[in-house]
Amino acid sequence: MPHQDRPLSPHIQIYRPQLTSLMSILHRITGVALVGGTFVLTYWLGAAAYGPVAYAQAQVLLSSLVGSLMIFLWSVSLFYHLCNGIRHLIWDLGYGFEREQVYASGFIVWVVTAVLSMLAWGIGLSV
Amino acid sequence: MVDFLFSHVSRVRSGKYYCIPVSTETAKKFQIYRHDPDSKGTPRLDTYEVDTQSCGPMVLDALLKIKNEIDSTLTFRRSCREGICGSCAMNIDGTNTLACLKPIKEVKGDVKIYPLPHLRVIKDLVPDLSWQYSQIELIEPWLQEDTSPPPLAERLQSPEERARLDGLWECILCFCCQTSCPSYWWNGDRYLGPAVLLQAYRWLSDSRDESIGKRLDILEDPFRLYRCHTIMNCTIACPKGLNPGKAVGRIKQMMLKRSE
Repeated sequence: MPHQDRPLSPHIQIYRPQLTSLMSILHRITGVALVGGTFVLTYWLGAAAYGPVAYAQAQVLLSSLVGSLMIFLWSVSLFYHLCNGIRHLIWDLGYGFEREQVYASGFIVWVVTAVLSMLAWGIGLSV
Repeated sequence: MVDFLFSHVSRVRSGKYYCIPVSTETAKKFQIYRHDPDSKGTPRLDTYEVDTQSCGPMVLDALLKIKNEIDSTLTFRRSCREGICGSCAMNIDGTNTLACLKPIKEVKGDVKIYPLPHLRVIKDLVPDLSWQYSQIELIEPWLQEDTSPPPLAERLQSPEERARLDGLWECILCFCCQTSCPSYWWNGDRYLGPAVLLQAYRWLSDSRDESIGKRLDILEDPFRLYRCHTIMNCTIACPKGLNPGKAVGRIKQMMLKRSE
């Protein structure tokens, strides 16, 4: 390995955020968020199985402002992770590596994530 | 290894300011990373005002002007000044590119120049690349064959076979892609990185090469190849318009085909 006593040149703190690396790290963050959301989902189902009092308590918690915001972020994470995951699968099949394609597929992921989120919440709030 | 806390020796402080008595309309500020290995101090960011009217169009021209006229201690690598040697690779305005191919006009506001990211700095804009060169050595970048060539003749390639090397042979090993890759930043000690993997794919694609199996064996490793998470910063960064991300994808497919 190179000399460790030499200074390390600046990296993440000076590199201009790229659409490519931004979407990559978001894929990870949303993946972690999905795991967190699964715990909440488990709690909600658990509460429903436990009894009416516990369920009512869970409903109050989850329909609070913080609870709703968490569910919103969780749903957006789900759609983003899904769309970007498909983008990764397409890469794994060997397609879409050209620069323009990378930007175009990234843009499509943003749009589809937004549309799916709005659809889900539109339908969810109207019933 | 990962250096999230930016250890003391690496922290950059603000440095000297060199101004020139010219009209501010044609003056452009260049903020340049400086590290002097002979002084005990930590790296600093010096600012130079440069009159762009009396300077060539590229960032390298400005660097040379600074070195010639303002501060001869400024240290950087350069040679061909036309994007074929790869010496003047550095981080300009937040992305890795060759100083000789980057027009000053493309940069809005002050021009910030750092060495290639996440490397040990020898002096100013000169990083230590010996680790990257040893990684290149690891993939054995030379033609390997078991059979002997036809007597008194070359090993011939069809035009199609030759065309498979296009987009690969043009790599000048400037390491712009290598040091734009976050995965390489965090795992550069074991991950080979986009530049080295593109080289590996160049030899895997050569119709005259007869050691594909051995080459894939060298790469078959959770870190050497599979730390590539298709982030694609490499392809965006390449100043030669090559596609290291695609090359790595092709290697992964070769691995898959081999295991079938």
